[in-house]
Amino acid sequence: MALTVLRRLGQTLFVLVGISVLVFLVFFATPGADPTARIAGRNASPETMARVRVEYGFDRPLPVQYARMMEKLFVTRDLTSYVNRGQKVVPEILEAAPVTLSLVSGAAAIWVVLSVAMGVTAAALRGGWVDRGLMMLGLVGISIPVFWLGQVVNLVTQSRYHDSWLFSWVPGLGYVPLTEDPLGWFRALVLPWLTLAVLFVGIYSRVLRADLVAVQSEDFMRTARAKGLSPARVLLVHGLRTSMITFVSLFGLDFAQLVGGGALLTEVVFGLQGVGRLTYQALSNLDLPLIMATVMYSAVFVVIANAVVDMLYLILDPRVRDGR
Amino acid sequence: MTGLPDHSPSPLIAAQDLRMTYRVGRGQVLRALDGVSLSVRPGEVLGLVGESGCGKSTLGRCLLRLVQPSAGRVVFDGTDITTLPERRLRPLRQDMQMVFQDSYAALNPRRRIGDLVAEPLRVHPAPGGGRRSRADIAARLAELMDLVGLPQQALARYPHEFSGGQRQRINIARALALSPRLVVADEPVAALDVSIQAQIVNLFMDLRDQLGLTYIFVAHDLAVVRQISTRVAVMYLGAIVELGEADAVLHRPAHPYTAALIAAVPEPVVRTGDLPPPLRGDVPSPIAPPPGCRFHTRCPVVRDRCRVDPPALRTLPDGREAACHYPLVGE
Repeated sequence: MALTVLRRLGQTLFVLVGISVLVFLVFFATPGADPTARIAGRNASPETMARVRVEYGFDRPLPVQYARMMEKLFVTRDLTSYVNRGQKVVPEILEAAPVTLSLVSGAAAIWVVLSVAMGVTAAALRGGWVDRGLMMLGLVGISIPVFWLGQVVNLVTQSRYHDSWLFSWVPGLGYVPLTEDPLGWFRALVLPWLTLAVLFVGIYSRVLRADLVAVQSEDFMRTARAKGLSPARVLLVHGLRTSMITFVSLFGLDFAQLVGGGALLTEVVFGLQGVGRLTYQALSNLDLPLIMATVMYSAVFVVIANAVVDMLYLILDPRVRDGR
Repeated sequence: MTGLPDHSPSPLIAAQDLRMTYRVGRGQVLRALDGVSLSVRPGEVLGLVGESGCGKSTLGRCLLRLVQPSAGRVVFDGTDITTLPERRLRPLRQDMQMVFQDSYAALNPRRRIGDLVAEPLRVHPAPGGGRRSRADIAARLAELMDLVGLPQQALARYPHEFSGGQRQRINIARALALSPRLVVADEPVAALDVSIQAQIVNLFMDLRDQLGLTYIFVAHDLAVVRQISTRVAVMYLGAIVELGEADAVLHRPAHPYTAALIAAVPEPVVRTGDLPPPLRGDVPSPIAPPPGCRFHTRCPVVRDRCRVDPPALRTLPDGREAACHYPLVGE
């Protein structure tokens, strides 16, 4: 078990190095394009170009360029965006990351709790109107675009009914750091959380219900009933754990891609300066250092999340433990 | 094997006119069980035999109400369990347990053997009321492992780490955890190697002697049934065609179908009189069973009456029951 975990961590490290090489090659070794010009930004002066060329080692071989880039990203952390008046890129991401993490973690907590509750309820009462109603609700959640829902939420809570007793507690758009004001943090984020979670509640509850219904026909579920367990216990103790595999895999991927910038629309609608928004700005300005840094950042999260999911498999399914 | 315990004439479990129908689409109805009645007294081993699809597994599950029969009654120890609400049925499950055919599928692959076997002990109250203590459960688990011949270390392991025979021992231990009075074994050895089959059947027999269990033993293998049963019920197309003492049914069959089953066993069998040749053709579909005697399409001694007049299960002079107009043993 410990060996499996160690091996998985080794793989993770290997994959991360591989991704960094790949990202570097895509951005700096694309034939026919001078990386200097792209880093320095459009209409850069010849002096800036010369400075960039020396700083990034573009006059030296590729491995040196790669090493220098990694040094700038992880060691000295002084990768600079020339497009954006010489702003340092890494601190920018480190500043945006807590915002995104807060947004996504809260939403994730909500969608996990709600979708498990909905999925289990629907599976327990399958075929009935509660089941159909919940699954319909899930479908509605999947179908609503998050930017539209966010705008409607803003419209209702920020302007139209802001002065009513119901929504007077809603603060203006923006982020409040958790360390400064926990209550303010919560109030600022609870609506973005719910908005972001709606889509995933829909997907996850439907997936979980389908898996739970499938597991109902397993022989060991009948054994559990023959033991004299209550239907609720059969479903929760024997069914749910078995059905969590797909759920956990999906969760790992979704959580990682959201933390890595996928919550862009929610961040934009609610005025949160998160990683998604940062990526969006970098893309629209063709800010190469920033793009590179955000891509690396989100890759790190996706890979780590996958490693965590694999560890969870070890807990959920004992057969995986001996498999490797 | 004779010597039924006559001191307790009241049956432990009895089925009356049990029916199980499934709708199979386009208004068609499959009769998996078509009016089955039987009773099993304490200490008996009732062997339930028949070809695949004859309804023996369905009967086993209906008897324990793992599926809800469409009609009929099952009386367990004086209580009608067919209409009992789930909540009141659960305490009764302590006394009636089942061992399933697929020893691997019957065990949750994600839980340890110890957890799986202990689960019944955790959910059912101790005999004096109240929950069983951890120590009691651990002691009982150790006892059960000894009983079925598995090492104590097995408790900490997972189902996939065992062989088929070992897994069936685990299933038996699980079924016996609460000291049930009735165990329904649904083809418990059909999926095992022949050498392992004998071990498991012997285990069943030892356990019966040690614990005074009552079995309903479902099998399609007559050799297994002959070894373990005191009485035998032969099923064909959802109904019992012959029911009686194992010795009589398996050595002097009254129903042509029983005779054909025995003739199909590739082992030497003591036979009396001439037996009809083995069967030809397939079992008719239970969606559209033949009129008259359900066996007439394949019966080697069929006569005109059999094609129109369905024979009822009736008692023959030697005490067994058979559903045949022209039984092979004298009346």
